[in-house]
Amino acid sequence: MSDTAAEPRAKFDAKSFTKTYAILLILVGFMVILAIVTGGTFLQPRNLINVVVQVAPIGIIALGMMFAIITKGIDLSVGSTVALVAVVSASLAQVQSDTMMFPGLPPMPVFVSVLAGLLTGAFIGAIVGSLVAYFRIPPFVATLGMMTAARGLANIYTGGRPVSNLAPGFNWMGQGNVLGVPVPMIIFILVAVVIWVVLNRTRFGRHTYAIGGNDQAARVSGISIGKVQFFIYTLIGLLAGLAGMILAARIGSGQPTLGVMLELDAITAAVIGGTSFNGGVGTVWGVVVGALIIGVINNGLDLMNVSPFMQMVVKGAIIVIAIIIDERKNR
Amino acid sequence: MQEVILRMRDIRKTFPGVVALDGVQLDVRSGTVHSLMGENGAGKSTLMKCLIGMYTPDAGTIELAGDQVSFKDTKDGLEHGISMIHQELSPVPEMMVAENIWLGREQRGKFGLLDPKLIIRKTQELFDEWDIKIDPRAKMKDLTVARQQMVEIAKAISYDAKIIIMDEPTSAIPEREVEHLHGMIKRLTDYGVAIIYITHKMDEVFKISNDITVFRDGKHVASVPAKELTRDKLIQLMVGRELTSLFPKLEAEIGEVVLSVRNLNRGKLVRDVSFDVRAGEIVGFAGLMGAGRTEVLETIFGIHPAESGDIEIRGKKIRIREPKDAIAANIGMLTEDRKHNGIMGVLSVRDNITIAALPKFSPKGFLKMGDLKRVSEEQRQALRIKTPNLEQLIKNLSGGNQQKALISRWLLTVPDVLMIDEPTRGIDVGAKSEIHRLMSQLAQQGKAIIMVSSELPEVLGMSDRVIVMHEGRISGELSRADANQESIMHLATGGDAAAA
Repeated sequence: MSDTAAEPRAKFDAKSFTKTYAILLILVGFMVILAIVTGGTFLQPRNLINVVVQVAPIGIIALGMMFAIITKGIDLSVGSTVALVAVVSASLAQVQSDTMMFPGLPPMPVFVSVLAGLLTGAFIGAIVGSLVAYFRIPPFVATLGMMTAARGLANIYTGGRPVSNLAPGFNWMGQGNVLGVPVPMIIFILVAVVIWVVLNRTRFGRHTYAIGGNDQAARVSGISIGKVQFFIYTLIGLLAGLAGMILAARIGSGQPTLGVMLELDAITAAVIGGTSFNGGVGTVWGVVVGALIIGVINNGLDLMNVSPFMQMVVKGAIIVIAIIIDERKNR
Repeated sequence: MQEVILRMRDIRKTFPGVVALDGVQLDVRSGTVHSLMGENGAGKSTLMKCLIGMYTPDAGTIELAGDQVSFKDTKDGLEHGISMIHQELSPVPEMMVAENIWLGREQRGKFGLLDPKLIIRKTQELFDEWDIKIDPRAKMKDLTVARQQMVEIAKAISYDAKIIIMDEPTSAIPEREVEHLHGMIKRLTDYGVAIIYITHKMDEVFKISNDITVFRDGKHVASVPAKELTRDKLIQLMVGRELTSLFPKLEAEIGEVVLSVRNLNRGKLVRDVSFDVRAGEIVGFAGLMGAGRTEVLETIFGIHPAESGDIEIRGKKIRIREPKDAIAANIGMLTEDRKHNGIMGVLSVRDNITIAALPKFSPKGFLKMGDLKRVSEEQRQALRIKTPNLEQLIKNLSGGNQQKALISRWLLTVPDVLMIDEPTRGIDVGAKSEIHRLMSQLAQQGKAIIMVSSELPEVLGMSDRVIVMHEGRISGELSRADANQESIMHLATGGDAAAA
């Protein structure tokens, strides 16, 4: 690094511009390519809206994942949390029928099941957070354990069966729209705004960056690292829960198999969006664009009839490339 | 007159937004010690990184023994006989000394397999020749810093070095090891090796240098034989202005006892430590390395909580389990190692300045952005932190400016007690005297200041009272009038106070 800083320069700097907006350029690039390859199908409004709806749960989880990665952690349990929250909230949102999970359960307002879902997600996150913060278990290990356990719980809870026949009010979260704007998209935007405020305008957000920047220095500056970590993983659980309900609502069924490998999509979105595994770096808009890139790629590969197996190979390559770029940047 | 082995001409190196080197010259003669002087950020380190092949200069030429060279990386530089002993050594701690020396040039024996015996033997031969008394089989991590340094020098010799660059080699080693190092340097120069020496220590410069080159703000100021310079002249060249005094200690009114420590214990290095600090007072902690000075501060601040003992602030007993508790009791601490637990490198200067005081600026958890901007700007101006803007990442600042930012961090918490561990380590003369003046001013404002320093002139110049430690205990206390190099060293080496 350089020794001294000199006078500021206000001049337009093409290099730094490209650096700042690189991922946006990549997103636009992908879109242009897909528009050409699909002969315009990709650019049809219906398809574009579909992309955003598809990407909303990934994006919501990626925004949570960003907190973990900024603090040099990770959360592998989000996919399983999605499943657990999906089945728990769905089980409280079934319409009356003989095949209900809890026969005789009186009909309840939708917000009860939503609240139960959010609390379940936050509770799972709080357990992870406690393990990380107070038992000093590395996030990778703690969340790997929870990934398996929460998936198991989701299957135990439903006996391995899907929970279907959900109230229309519940399904609205995944299928409805307001003035033509799909609800998942609205939720995604709201979450992004709230997370932006949390990260940039609250002490908690500043502490998150500080811990990632240098945890020892953060501690000396009076930050309780454990407390911040606890809240981070709780927040991730909460967001995963929200995403889980959107996913269940979209297909009108809470299934214990939901969200498999979703953690990888979320990590990829966060990393493509410039969140650094070296800690201390990550932005909301970067992660949102990262999630959109994932969505565009998924959609594009579908439109081009690429096999799901090949899609996995492509996504695997993308995350590795994103990390290589991140490492290069830090040199 | 020895022949010129190295000729650097018109070296220019820029980083985004910064001209680090602006057409710099350097001539080094073989068999001499050539010291590079200049404030932090003057360009010394950057020039050396250009020389060893870590950076590629934007312009300029490097001639080694008459041939123009350009190294593609540091290994290339090494193989051409240019070695650098870095300030922060980077050995592989778990490996043997011998393995560290031959790292990257593994010697193969039978069947192309590594043969540890071969390198141990070669290392032993090397050590014998240069009279280095280190076991080649010892693990690197078990050596003292001074010995690791010797290993690095031996490594340079093993590369048949013509030029060895030493970047502040004496900043982290005890006094008697310094003698040893200087002896080694003498032998190397007798052998014909050129030494390029970077240091901030004046006494040392005049003791060992043949030539001195001064840089300022990325420009070459002067290259002069050491004989023709005096200390004052040299400082003048470095800062480009008259320094009134290196230690502008101002009179401060000494008031009530603010911090009172009683029978503090933790491990071997904090044993039964008791002392008081009054408002307006600067108490210096002196002692040899490993005497427990830093550990006392860390214990008070809760970085490693005490096993037993009492800490009182203005007569009120407080319990400190982590730094947060100490900060809540209006104690601040500037740690010794900026990189390890000081700066948060990838965060902005502003974030670094405001982080400890955030509770003050975020009632109910939401940040008052306007206030944060205002107070950090005030700090930047008050402490003259040199940065293009406060959004700059702090890792891009020079050591002195990072240190100022860290002082700002604590000033914003408005502490009653400020503990400063090595206030001026690794920073330049200009920033040093600014920081000293600042400490004096803080004392005048009624703050109680505890300073740990390994530089005796700093301890003597700044302290109202000196507490000397030896093996984890306070071995004596000296008033400003009684403190001098001899009395401090006597206590630091375990002599009793009465005899001092």
